[in-house]
Amino acid sequence: MLAANFLLLAALLFCIGVFGVIARRNAVMVLMSIELVLSSVNLNLIAFALMNDDVDGQVFALFVIAIAAAEVGVGLAMVLLIYRNRQSISLDELSELKG
Amino acid sequence: MLAAEEIQEALNLSSGWFLDNLWLVGLIPAIGFALIMGFGKKMPNGGSEFGLASMVASLVVATGAGLQWMNRVDSAEEAGHGGDEAIGLLQTFGRSVPRAAEGAEAAPFIEPVLTTWVWWQNSGLEFGIGSLGDGLAILLLWLVAFISLLVQIFSLDYVRDDRRYTQFFGALTLFSAGMLVMVMAPNMIQLILGWEIMGLCSFMLIGHWWEDHENSKAALKAFFTVRVGDVGLLVGTAIIYFASSDWIAVNLPGKSGFDIDAIQAWALSGDSSASGAAILVAATALFIACIGKSGQFPLHTWLPDAMAGPTPVSSLLHSSTMVVAGVFLVARIYPVFWEGFNIANGGLSFIAMIGAITIVIAALLAFVQDDIKKVLAYSTVSQLGYMMLGLGTGAWLPAVFHIFTHAFFKCCLFLCAGSISHSGSHHSFDMKKDMGGLRKHMPITFWSWIVSTLALTGVIPFAGFWSKDEIIDNVGNNGYTFLFWVGLGGAALTAMYMTRATYLTFFGEARGAAAGGHHDDDHGGHGDEHDLTLEEHELELATVGAPLGSDHADGGAPKSLGAAANAHGGHHDDHGPHESGKLITIPIVILAFFALTAGFANPTPLAGDALGFNLGEGVELIKKYVEPGHEPVALDAVTPGGPGESLTPFVPQFAEEGEGGKDAYASGCGRTTPPDGAVCFFPKVKHAVPELGKILLSLAVVAVGYTFAIGFCLAFYKRRDSRLVGLTERSRLANAGYKFIVNKYYLDYLYENVIVRAVAHPISAAAYWFNQHVLDATVDAVGEGGKRSGQWIYDNVDQKIVDGAVNTSGAVASETGRGLQSTQSGKVNQYGALIFGAAAVGAIVLVIINVG
Repeated sequence: MLAANFLLLAALLFCIGVFGVIARRNAVMVLMSIELVLSSVNLNLIAFALMNDDVDGQVFALFVIAIAAAEVGVGLAMVLLIYRNRQSISLDELSELKG
Repeated sequence: MLAAEEIQEALNLSSGWFLDNLWLVGLIPAIGFALIMGFGKKMPNGGSEFGLASMVASLVVATGAGLQWMNRVDSAEEAGHGGDEAIGLLQTFGRSVPRAAEGAEAAPFIEPVLTTWVWWQNSGLEFGIGSLGDGLAILLLWLVAFISLLVQIFSLDYVRDDRRYTQFFGALTLFSAGMLVMVMAPNMIQLILGWEIMGLCSFMLIGHWWEDHENSKAALKAFFTVRVGDVGLLVGTAIIYFASSDWIAVNLPGKSGFDIDAIQAWALSGDSSASGAAILVAATALFIACIGKSGQFPLHTWLPDAMAGPTPVSSLLHSSTMVVAGVFLVARIYPVFWEGFNIANGGLSFIAMIGAITIVIAALLAFVQDDIKKVLAYSTVSQLGYMMLGLGTGAWLPAVFHIFTHAFFKCCLFLCAGSISHSGSHHSFDMKKDMGGLRKHMPITFWSWIVSTLALTGVIPFAGFWSKDEIIDNVGNNGYTFLFWVGLGGAALTAMYMTRATYLTFFGEARGAAAGGHHDDDHGGHGDEHDLTLEEHELELATVGAPLGSDHADGGAPKSLGAAANAHGGHHDDHGPHESGKLITIPIVILAFFALTAGFANPTPLAGDALGFNLGEGVELIKKYVEPGHEPVALDAVTPGGPGESLTPFVPQFAEEGEGGKDAYASGCGRTTPPDGAVCFFPKVKHAVPELGKILLSLAVVAVGYTFAIGFCLAFYKRRDSRLVGLTERSRLANAGYKFIVNKYYLDYLYENVIVRAVAHPISAAAYWFNQHVLDATVDAVGEGGKRSGQWIYDNVDQKIVDGAVNTSGAVASETGRGLQSTQSGKVNQYGALIFGAAAVGAIVLVIINVG
């Protein structure tokens, strides 16, 4: 079935994204991976909208895209500031949240 | 038959675009403020152009509205005096008809032009915002816009190169906006809004040069002193709302207990809710707010300190805004005070007493000030006392008229003081140290000052005479003989302290900066320390006979002002005093012109006759156009306006003649209860019939004040080495009198030693004894018992049960935290893994549940 293909692709994207978030050390790459996760969610939303013949999911996806844009903006700004302060964006060296 | 339009025309009071859009007067400066704050810094003139433009626009709208309001009143009169045919037609429309005025007694109530929108709603309550255009509001709107415009023009030069130029104009514009919003308020909520905006702006402006600690302290003092009174405003508004809402719901549906017109009608309704304790307490609470705002005794202390602000601010504050707000509030909801304090029956009201005390206290304090602005500040306090005295004794119209005239000459005096400090005394306000002999150098300022001083002291034909003497005359006419003499005495005092200030500033020999010397102290001028040195100085002067100011004004060593409070210190290269520039003198001259002529807006006809020119009957413009009519209005004619709609204008009318109707007509509102089916909006106030004898008496009092003060000034300040100086050492009587002056008439001594020692000390001693022997014994016994039971509870309950539980939970939390600490690695990736892991577990659980 067509929708199942979409869902499989979404699951694949999600897994790649999660792997990126967990395994990558570069903050920019982590942000990109998060984008992949969000894309997979969007894909899921649109796929289900198609299956249920309902436009709500697509509208929701548009919102997710907008929020993702804002989120990546904030994330990049933080990365930039971190780089300015420490001349590095390696996440291994950032452990100031350590409790 | 008349055509339909003509009938409609006869039914309607005239209105007009400006009257219908009166709210623009307040809105425009508010927008101006936003523009100044948003774009002011980028503008070539630092945002002042927005402020000026908005004040001009406001003034235009206010002027238009004023003219249209006069038309409206005239149209009502025409309708009232209309021919029989028109009246017959009107009756067929089922509305009661204005009876032709019978003599001068009939004063039809002219309906204000009301425009409101719903501002916000809360559980069925609607709070409106808009404008209430009646004579009082329009008069003050025009006045505020006019004075604000002139003050802003003056400021262009005065605060040029100030480090916070843009903010200054922004705050000045918002200040005017606050006053305008308050003046046109159709309900108490909007009134409070404007009132508080002004409080905030006064804080910002008084503390404009906040780097100087004295200034920021003065700003805080002004803000907090006024806030003490503001509590009264909130309490009074709330009491009125709850007391009046039942009556208003029945009689004026669509209005609420916050609407000013509804409050007026309620207060005069004679309803049981509008008499007795509730309205007395409400009036008292509201008047406490006015005491704070209008600097009445005993909350007047903030006003002289407020002189720490730039002079244009003092000028605006003391002429048409801020301090007038309190007087305006009393005038606005006058029926509440009329009924609450029983002014109709000649009760000695709280307002009148406070006003009279303020007149004398402030006038006496003005004598011992060396700071020219502080003399003017105490003078303002004293004049506000006159307004309150007038309002408290039923002289509504003269009090409002005095607001009008006082604004011009007091604003002019302040601007003159600013001009002197700007160009004559090198930023000093100290009359003894840095002024003297300035009349030759600053002729324009000098003559404007003289005109305004004559106006302030009530010399015919200057503005102050017409208003202040009308207050005094009416106070006497309404039966308050003692207060009448207090008012007259205050007038003499006014003449004296203004003569002293004038002499010290403009006559005699030049001293300090006025003589061309710079001095290098820090322009303190407002601190107690400063006053002290001057007292010493005066002592020295009288005993040794040294030239005034010689020891304080260091003639040489001109020193750059550097970080002095005034940011524009550096640009006076010509060291001597000189006349100010055009931007400063033009507003002063305009104001002096009004100080000379404003009185003719409402001259007493007889006074004109006495002077030999016939002013006729219609000359009392303020009385005709500003004082609301006191006749009852039929209820069916009062139509509540919808959102954004003007009320349907209606012809002023009498209630049906019937039981009480005739009496109401004969006696007027506020003296008798309005008949059923009618409401009143304004009480019938009495007007004194001017008498030549009284006019001459008051002029004579002023003349005596002047003569005495001039003689004193010449003897004491000019021929200081003659009899007076030696007298203080030779004669015990003169010495006592002299000390009396030096010690500020022992007012400080009175406050600090006599009152505190004689009143506070016995009370505190008694309180201490009571405290030690009665309260403490009780407290000790209770405490001992409490301590024992507490010990038992501590040992058994607290230590064993409560502490046990607390310790256990603490230990649990601590251990849990320690266990979870290891997960807080600070590593983002690890957190991500945990989140996704948790999400995966959640997803698995969901799948299992759904499948199951």
